[in-house]
Amino acid sequence: MSVVSSLPGRRGADMLRRAWDSDIAYSFRQSKVTMVAAAVTLVYFVFALFAPWIAPHDPYDLSSVSLMDSFMPPVWEEGGDPRFLLGSDDQGRGILSTIIYGSRISLAVGFASVIFAAVLGVTLGLIAGYAGGAVDAFIMRVAEVQLSFPAILIALLIDGVARGVLGNEAQGDIAYFVIILSIGLSFWVQYARTVRGSCMVEKNKEYVQAARVIGVRPALVVFRHVLPNVLGPVLVIATITLALAIITEATLSFLGVGVPPTSPSLGTMIRIGNDFLFSGEWWITIFPGVALAVLVLAVNLLGDWLRDALNPKLR
Amino acid sequence: MAEVAAPQGPVATGETLLSVRDLGKTFDVSAPFLNRVLQGQPRVHLTAVDDVSFDIPRGSTFSLVGESGCGKSTVARLVVGLYRPSQGRVEFEGTDLARIQTRRQMAPLRRKWAMIFQDPYASLNPRWRVADIVAEPIRYHGLLSGGQAIRTRVGELLELVGLSALDGEKYPHEFSGGQRQRISIARALASEPDFIVCDEPTSALDVSVQAQILNLMKRLQRELGLTYLFISHDLAVVYHISDYVGVMYLGRLVEWSDARLLFSNPRHPYTRMLLDAIPDLEMSGRARTPVGGEVPSPIAPPAGCHFNPRCPFADERCRSETPMALKVGVGEVRCHAVEEGRLPEPESA
Amino acid sequence: MNETTTFADSAGATARPRGNRPVLEVEKLRVEFPTRKGTLRAVDDISFHIDEGEVLGVVGESGAGKSMTGTAIIGLLEPPGRIAGGEVRLEGERIDNLPYEKMRRYRGARIGMVFQDPLTSLNPLYTVGFHLTETIRTHSDLSEKQARQRALDLLSEVGIPAPERRIDQYPHQFSGGMRQRVVVALALCANPRLIIADEPTTALDVSIQAQIIRLLQRLCREHGASVMLITHDMGVIAETADRVAVMYAGRIAEVGPVQEVVKNAQHPYTEGLMGAIPTIGGTHEDLVQIKGSMPRLTQIPSGCAFHPRCPKAFDRCRRERPELMPAGRSEAACWLHDPAEKGRRRGNG
Repeated sequence: MSVVSSLPGRRGADMLRRAWDSDIAYSFRQSKVTMVAAAVTLVYFVFALFAPWIAPHDPYDLSSVSLMDSFMPPVWEEGGDPRFLLGSDDQGRGILSTIIYGSRISLAVGFASVIFAAVLGVTLGLIAGYAGGAVDAFIMRVAEVQLSFPAILIALLIDGVARGVLGNEAQGDIAYFVIILSIGLSFWVQYARTVRGSCMVEKNKEYVQAARVIGVRPALVVFRHVLPNVLGPVLVIATITLALAIITEATLSFLGVGVPPTSPSLGTMIRIGNDFLFSGEWWITIFPGVALAVLVLAVNLLGDWLRDALNPKLR
Repeated sequence: MAEVAAPQGPVATGETLLSVRDLGKTFDVSAPFLNRVLQGQPRVHLTAVDDVSFDIPRGSTFSLVGESGCGKSTVARLVVGLYRPSQGRVEFEGTDLARIQTRRQMAPLRRKWAMIFQDPYASLNPRWRVADIVAEPIRYHGLLSGGQAIRTRVGELLELVGLSALDGEKYPHEFSGGQRQRISIARALASEPDFIVCDEPTSALDVSVQAQILNLMKRLQRELGLTYLFISHDLAVVYHISDYVGVMYLGRLVEWSDARLLFSNPRHPYTRMLLDAIPDLEMSGRARTPVGGEVPSPIAPPAGCHFNPRCPFADERCRSETPMALKVGVGEVRCHAVEEGRLPEPESA
Repeated sequence: MNETTTFADSAGATARPRGNRPVLEVEKLRVEFPTRKGTLRAVDDISFHIDEGEVLGVVGESGAGKSMTGTAIIGLLEPPGRIAGGEVRLEGERIDNLPYEKMRRYRGARIGMVFQDPLTSLNPLYTVGFHLTETIRTHSDLSEKQARQRALDLLSEVGIPAPERRIDQYPHQFSGGMRQRVVVALALCANPRLIIADEPTTALDVSIQAQIIRLLQRLCREHGASVMLITHDMGVIAETADRVAVMYAGRIAEVGPVQEVVKNAQHPYTEGLMGAIPTIGGTHEDLVQIKGSMPRLTQIPSGCAFHPRCPKAFDRCRRERPELMPAGRSEAACWLHDPAEKGRRRGNG
């Protein structure tokens, strides 16, 4: 009747082989674009994680920055300095180093806000989808109202409120939390709507009913049975919103309400460079801009691939 | 398979395990509140189950048959507590389930019944290993403690239903439909229940696999003294497995009786029509009364006897007055024509 | 029924005499699916024919390749599936290698189709009348008005009450049974010579199922169309078909007159299949069980694909693949019926 399964000792290798053989791994290997996008994303991650060891110098360390080095052009331009491969900005911070450190902030803020949005959205979506009725109606109406405002507007609003409450001097560490909160709050709706939809499908499936027949508590049914089965789409949204969150963070920083200017992110650099764009110092804004565009594009491509790979209809 | 040529029929001691009395379930299928207000629509109710009563003796199989939308699956879900009844009550071993208020009080009862579902592809959580699926009732009810004890028990259960203990390591998608249904049965048996509700357990399976599952279910009934409530639309399967059969039409139980009696001597015109409609493997070429019409919408069922628009014997009374259950032999029939004795005897012997 | 008064010229007389020239001939048809894990052979060198006015039943369990055969014949295989060998001839003309455009015109005109789910075979955005008139006008030069009249005739012919009112309604306004009647009408639009019906009654309730079978049977007789009836329901075949082909793992295991195959099965698989079907009035004893399950397409056994499950398998079955050979009044692909084998066995025993 049944084929004897692998021996326990071979399980690890077995799982690896199965993962390699799986449809997702296969579709990954089939798509060159996806592999390039994954490689690029990986490079950013490595740079972000190991910034202090990779970057030529620490642009956040004021003692190592000298105004004497400001407005250095890239090394291949006339007057370039080998210490600043991509040139330096108005305060003498190396563009390359700042990009590496900036990606770190961009990715960290992006990840944190995506996780925040996902946890909030998935929880509310599960509650709405499983409970139904008035609870569902309330959560989804709130979501729809929020959806009718652009995300950046929501983020600005929350940021403004937070600054109003905490005072403008609450810069520093609080600023990071404020920006994570404001980006997170502006993206939870997508998670909630998707999860609610999947949850409503899953909760009527027979395996969920089978758990209810035993008498399993609703919270446990949702957590153990429904949640693992709605995570696929969440992963896709998370990847796509990661790109969006990075952009939003850059936009907020560009508008000057993002992370503190003493620790510039990619958005901050673009804003700084913007002031000097027409006086000839193009590198201050172009390089961070390209870095941001490539990162967002790579993450987006990964998200697109993941959506297709997880969608059985397109396989 | 076990070769025990046990005599068919209830091992029943006459003791009633499950008793359903005047059971009713109404669903609110109205449009959302806002739409109702804006469009001036009234509330709409669907009576899925209407005044259904029957008893199941311990150790026997009671089947409910009927066409889609007749409420048979709703009865199954009411019995296991997935829905709360709108009317009437369900008594299990003499305990009225509606009187039990808390989850904690319900737990010792819940482990005495289990349910097997129709779709073997949807009834197992795709993210769980088979061993965890089968062990869920054991863990939830705290029947065994310790990983090793549970593993051993799961292995036993899998072997009991004809799988290998090693299959526990796999995921549901690695099994065929028939094997998955065996896993469902193993899980249902995990809490050592007395009573299993089977909602169309074989209708998604091929005939040869269906035969395997039906034989397995009968063997388990003999060996473990199980009581089944069996829901199906397939009359041949129902004839094969049941001791008692109830026929439902638009939420009402129109007739129930001993299985052999019901099939050899159907009373209600609807039962006769159903039996007449089954394609016949014997190709006896028996003359059939063609049945016209289709099942009306359960939202606005016909007045009186729900079957009257399709019934060749309907008269004025059938169109206005709901027939009451009439005791006939061991079973009951809800038909004015039977009550008045104006129904011709069925042609076949 | 007063049929084909407006359409008789294009399609010939009302009822064609039943001749011996086959309407459909299938020779060594092979359907393959290239996948990244190798090429799967869903239909493996099968040959059969359908005579004029004949109803050929094709039965088998899921994965036997019966639907795949049907879709291959009408040229609707979903890529990457493809016909990898063999010939399909309709009234002597080869149709398996026709260009897409030409085949599209043949579908509907010369081959009608009825699928399992009536909801998906009708476009929900168009009225029933539009479906019918569009099909009629594609395959004939009738005017808009004449086509509508023809559509009305067809609707009343398939037993839809008040066709004048119903013709302008949308599919969702019809019940399942009525929708399937519309699909049957659609298949008959151009008086095709052959109708391929793939599980036409599976999604329907028993009573409706009986109506549709009767309808299909009557109409094909009246229109003189041959039918290839694909189903897993042996009862439906027994009632409807003249001959039946039993498929297993992409091959025809047995083909013969329906009476013979049902009552006097020659292939061990058919024998098991028949024993596995519960019948009303039969005994309550255990059903015949075929051990194991249908092999996956990725691992079709060597020799006779049924040998691992066959109680009568012997050495040759594992090595050599049997072709169809005469067996009683049927033909079976089984070495038990090889004359040489019979002689040897007699000699040995």
